[in-house]
Amino acid sequence: MISMVQTANTNNVTRRYLVEEERDVPINRGMLHGLWALTNRELKKWYKVPVLLFLSIIQPIIWLGLFGKAMNFGALFTGTSFNIPGLNIPKSTLDLIAKQAMLSTFGTTDYFSFLAVGMLSFIILFTAMFSGMSIVWDRRFGFLDKLLSTPVARGSIIMGKVLSSVIRSLAQAAIVLIVAVLLGMDTSKLTVAGLAGTFAAMFLMAMGLSALFLMLALRSTDWQSQMAIMNLLNLPLLFASNALFPSKLMPAWLQVVTKLNPVSYATDAGRQLLLGSPGFAPLGFDFLFLVAFAALFSGFGIFLSWRYLSR
Amino acid sequence: MEQSIDAQTSGENGRTSIIDVEKLTRVFDNKLRAVDSISFKVYEGEIFGFLGPNGAGKTTTIKMLTTLLKPTSGDAVICGHDLRKSPQQVRWSVGVVPQEYTADEDMTGIENIMLFANLYGIPKEIGRKRADELLALVELQDASGRKVSTYSGGMRRRLELACGLVNHPRVLFLDEPTLGLDVQTRTAVWRYIRLLKEEYRMTLFVTTHYLEEADGLCDRVGIIDNGKIVRIGTTSELKASVGGDAIELGIKEKDVDLTSLISGVDKVISVRKEDDHYRIKADMGEETAPAIMDAVRSAGYHVDRISLTKPTLDEVYLEFTGHKLRDEESGNQHVMAQQRTVRRARA
Ligand SMILES: Nc1ncnc2c1ncn2[C@@H]1O[C@H](COP(=O)(O)OP(=O)(O)OP(=O)(O)O)[C@@H](O)[C@H]1O
Ligand SMILES: [Mg+2]
Repeated sequence: MISMVQTANTNNVTRRYLVEEERDVPINRGMLHGLWALTNRELKKWYKVPVLLFLSIIQPIIWLGLFGKAMNFGALFTGTSFNIPGLNIPKSTLDLIAKQAMLSTFGTTDYFSFLAVGMLSFIILFTAMFSGMSIVWDRRFGFLDKLLSTPVARGSIIMGKVLSSVIRSLAQAAIVLIVAVLLGMDTSKLTVAGLAGTFAAMFLMAMGLSALFLMLALRSTDWQSQMAIMNLLNLPLLFASNALFPSKLMPAWLQVVTKLNPVSYATDAGRQLLLGSPGFAPLGFDFLFLVAFAALFSGFGIFLSWRYLSR
Repeated sequence: MEQSIDAQTSGENGRTSIIDVEKLTRVFDNKLRAVDSISFKVYEGEIFGFLGPNGAGKTTTIKMLTTLLKPTSGDAVICGHDLRKSPQQVRWSVGVVPQEYTADEDMTGIENIMLFANLYGIPKEIGRKRADELLALVELQDASGRKVSTYSGGMRRRLELACGLVNHPRVLFLDEPTLGLDVQTRTAVWRYIRLLKEEYRMTLFVTTHYLEEADGLCDRVGIIDNGKIVRIGTTSELKASVGGDAIELGIKEKDVDLTSLISGVDKVISVRKEDDHYRIKADMGEETAPAIMDAVRSAGYHVDRISLTKPTLDEVYLEFTGHKLRDEESGNQHVMAQQRTVRRARA
């Protein structure tokens, strides 16, 4: 009889199970236990489904390839397109004027390179935005309750999501950067230190933004309202920054907003480090702002998660 | 008040309580008293059944006891830790198998168990060993490498059980562990539950809708209705409180009245002569029924049929949740009287 065999089996198992000395199990009760396991859980969902990765980078690449190439501001000034009647300015002079105009506006001679760095911020912003969604799903599927019934630090639950979102967004930013270089981004000033610095700045921005979006989702149970919050925040964060267009040409009130927007500082650090552009703020200040932003929002997120994750 | 719900006659008997709930209350939206000042104890090593109709407050109680919901008022001590003051300590010592399926669908069975082992701070090698043992316990070894999204309902339920056990909890909360399972899987789940009690000396707090199951498996039962506990005790105590076993006895000699003869038998509580039979309430029906037959025979009459009905927990449940007439006897009589009237009218 099958059931008899099964019972015998289970009994065997039970006895082995009982033999294990509970006292000898070195239980990790540290504050950070479980953090990496939770981070890895989120990452697995991403790297095991290559389609997702592809879909998430396709948008910035379309922006780069179509918008970045179409907005060929440099051509505005080149001799072939215009001249001033009566003044027979030599083409070489016109080209020089064009180059200077581009440099002083965009900090680089082509809009494509300018936008490429902005697109790194773009992908990080959009990845961070979705980190809030994952907590809403976890709550809806009851997985969050299950997590909350374990002794894992409430802060680890939120930091696991922050970290996975940071890692994901940096990997996607790296792919976008490679594509940009292949499509003709200016690499004359590219250095290893510059790359490392850029990714450090992006890391800080990703951390702060993910923590921000997660905090907004801490108590949320429906994904529609979460989507609404995301849409309310993401376009202003993108447009009221220097990611797509230099802020110094913007109206004064908008410049104030860009000066408060962390996206501006990460993009600015990236442009200084990758393209050698003159800064919209000193490089040191960019980093100071980003460190403060990341620390403030992560700390706040951890604090709120202890208070508000359980109801 | 408390005496009135307590069907227990045995008292604590030197048992140690592992869950001690004191006036626990949870109010939703400032008006719905989902759990209304309940107090009870669960003793170490027992299976405690928590019964009640839909919306009675069972899940809300479990969520509070496992720190997922904050009580509006009241206290509870679980494994010696105060629920309000040290929720983190409570989490280290209990396990939960929730009412819904909550495993991560995108991960495999073993990945789910390993994740929870990690969250309980269990080192990887030991977690691996426990995962293998638990998968064997719930007979999921073959499916352990498959994504949970491919599991059937019964497999998910068993996986939930394994996840809830990975930290070798001292108390395991099971919220309707057999809901929606087929008979075979339900039996298996109850077999694990009994095993946990007998072999690991684990304390189990189980909610269920299936009264027959609670009857056979729970050491003690609490009945909750509208957020209030209406009755607590062992299953036999609860059944006794509805008033004994029912014996129906038919006698060949229809014209004589044997009521007083039967009342004289030991342990008989009440006797009533119906049309062609006697309805007898008695304690220990299995022994009393033969004694009644002996008494009837030795008085020279002939028994032509006899039946014994043990009160089920259903009756207790219906009685105390008030979803059936309080006075069952008069209710029955009323129905029978009506049936007789109908029969007569036809004839
Ligand atoms: N988050 C919530 N907000 C508002 N009301 C709630 C909430 N959770 C539960 N309730 C209400 O509290 C009452 C008790 O619910 P609970 O889930 O504890 O019932 P239950 O006994 O587990 O029922 P079931 O047998 O159907 O699982 C119900 O009336 C329910 O609607
Ligand atoms: Mg329930």
